[in-house]
Amino acid sequence: MFAQYKKELKSYFCNMTGAVFIALVLILTGVFATAYNFKGRYPMFELALNQIVFVFFLAVPILTMRSFAEERSTKTDQLLYSLPLGMPRIVIGKYLAMITVNALTVLVMCLYPLILGRYGEVNYLMSYSALLAYFLLGCALIAIGMFISTLTESQVISAVISCGVFILLYFLPAISDFIPDSASASLICFILLAVIIGLIIYQFIKNSTVSITVTVLLSCACVILYFVKSELMEGLFPSLLQHLSLFDRLYTFSSYGIFDVTGIVYYLTAICLFVYFTVRSMEKRRLS
Amino acid sequence: MIEAKNLVKRYGTNEALHGISFKLEDKRIYGFLGPNGAGKSTTMNIITGCLAPTDGEVTVNGHDIFYEASAAKKCIGYLPEQPPLYNDMTPAEYLLYVGRAKGMKKEALENGVNDVIERTNLTPVADRLIKNLSKGYRQRVGIAQAILGDPDIIILDEPTVGLDPKQIIEIRELIRQLGEDHTVILSSHILTEISEVCDYVVIISDGYVVASDTIENLTTMFNGRAFVDMTVRADKQKLSQTLDTFDGILSYEIVSDEGRDIHARLEVTPERDVREDIFYKFAEQRLPIIAMSYEETTLEKVFLSLTAESTDTAAADGSEESEDSAESDAVEESEKSDSDGYSPIFGADNVSEDEGGNE
Repeated sequence: MFAQYKKELKSYFCNMTGAVFIALVLILTGVFATAYNFKGRYPMFELALNQIVFVFFLAVPILTMRSFAEERSTKTDQLLYSLPLGMPRIVIGKYLAMITVNALTVLVMCLYPLILGRYGEVNYLMSYSALLAYFLLGCALIAIGMFISTLTESQVISAVISCGVFILLYFLPAISDFIPDSASASLICFILLAVIIGLIIYQFIKNSTVSITVTVLLSCACVILYFVKSELMEGLFPSLLQHLSLFDRLYTFSSYGIFDVTGIVYYLTAICLFVYFTVRSMEKRRLS
Repeated sequence: MIEAKNLVKRYGTNEALHGISFKLEDKRIYGFLGPNGAGKSTTMNIITGCLAPTDGEVTVNGHDIFYEASAAKKCIGYLPEQPPLYNDMTPAEYLLYVGRAKGMKKEALENGVNDVIERTNLTPVADRLIKNLSKGYRQRVGIAQAILGDPDIIILDEPTVGLDPKQIIEIRELIRQLGEDHTVILSSHILTEISEVCDYVVIISDGYVVASDTIENLTTMFNGRAFVDMTVRADKQKLSQTLDTFDGILSYEIVSDEGRDIHARLEVTPERDVREDIFYKFAEQRLPIIAMSYEETTLEKVFLSLTAESTDTAAADGSEESEDSAESDAVEESEKSDSDGYSPIFGADNVSEDEGGNE
């Protein structure tokens, strides 16, 4: 694992992607910190953080697009498979390297509250808890981007899909506002979701009976729930969408100043889940 | 030791391997031989754990490649068809990374890397970026990576492709050296390479193992026949008389009879070289020999007839003919093509053309 970590970290600085990531994030941080904190004279760095997150749309795909797509296109993945390391350790090694690059930018950001503290009152606890949430948000997005990178051979496609997914995640709360709060609207959305899940399952295992069974079972469960306890369905889908948004969790820290343990757990869960998905996706590719 | 049992690999609806089984003993050099697309690389990918078989199992030194992957993979060094190199590293850095990933510790790692760099003659390029290296050097970095850490089993998929003749000789020498205390498996569609380097051959054709034995056994067992092609300045009758009374000629046929020269093809006994006797006998009869060439069953012939057989059996399965008759057909066909062509290369062309015609 350490071998993989060392090699990846080195490669991020050999071929610029690491440097580009750091530069992009730090330049934007500088711009927003200047606008909000130095010009606007707010002693709260977390407000600038709120605005900075959209840099992840661009920066995270730059970092993650290579991770597995390149291995696949240059056929170096055969080396990974034939090494006695095992896929979990390879994936974790790569993931830790990407997190390290992210951590470097966060370390630099940690200086901002200290600088602001020289000129006024700064609530350090609030600033640093927001920075922690920001770091975890970055890590969760990197995990998602890494997983997407295993799905394709092309770095460009991997980057575009990651970027699309991040933008979608960002706007999920806004989108959820368009869906009516009624129980029937939620039911329709859940059935659509069941169909999509069925299609994804079919795409992965190419077995129509399994995917149709799953779709039908999920839809039936929704319909039964709708008739038995329809008040539970009211607004269920919009609130589900809201809960799925990784970005919203950051605002609890940065806008409201709440140290939200569920938010931390939420990010850690997302990280573990997508690292696991990445391992499974790589293992699965040996079967095809 | 590698044991493969009933390996089946399906890509979608296309079945690439139809139940391959073999057992490879320690400290021998094995050659996987087969035409393009026969399933050599697929087989190698499966025994190294890069690909999961649809069915069947592989054990490496007693460890299952799937369930005890780490232990099994520790015994294997693998060079895939395309060397898996990272372009933005130097060979030295790359080998250090691979060594670490193979679990080598500090001192052993440094010594190991220096040793393989020396053995594969990479010293002059050890500190250049891999992307700037020529094909030959890249291939050697790939081989260095496979033999790093001294694994028991070294698997090389077409190791000499893209190398110049001098490099090919060097690599073959290296493989021979490795074969002294390792199991080496290499694949190739180049017959001379296999017959020069390997002790044992596994011939794979169309997803089946069609033969697996030593080269000597294969050539003698398969038919062990020898032929003499000769052109004689004589009339037909006198030639026939001479040949009929000759001891050691099993059969003969007159291939062409134009002008003063007769071209005949004799099947002779493979036990001894009868050319000398033929020469004296014909000299006695005052029949001048214009040309004479001797031809034994080679690995190439065995390969061609075996692979032709399996494509024919595959076709026969479809048309529900019995396998035996199809096989004997194929043998006849390959014999026919043997007698048609003078050089083995022509023989090869004939076989493929014949098949194209049949289909």
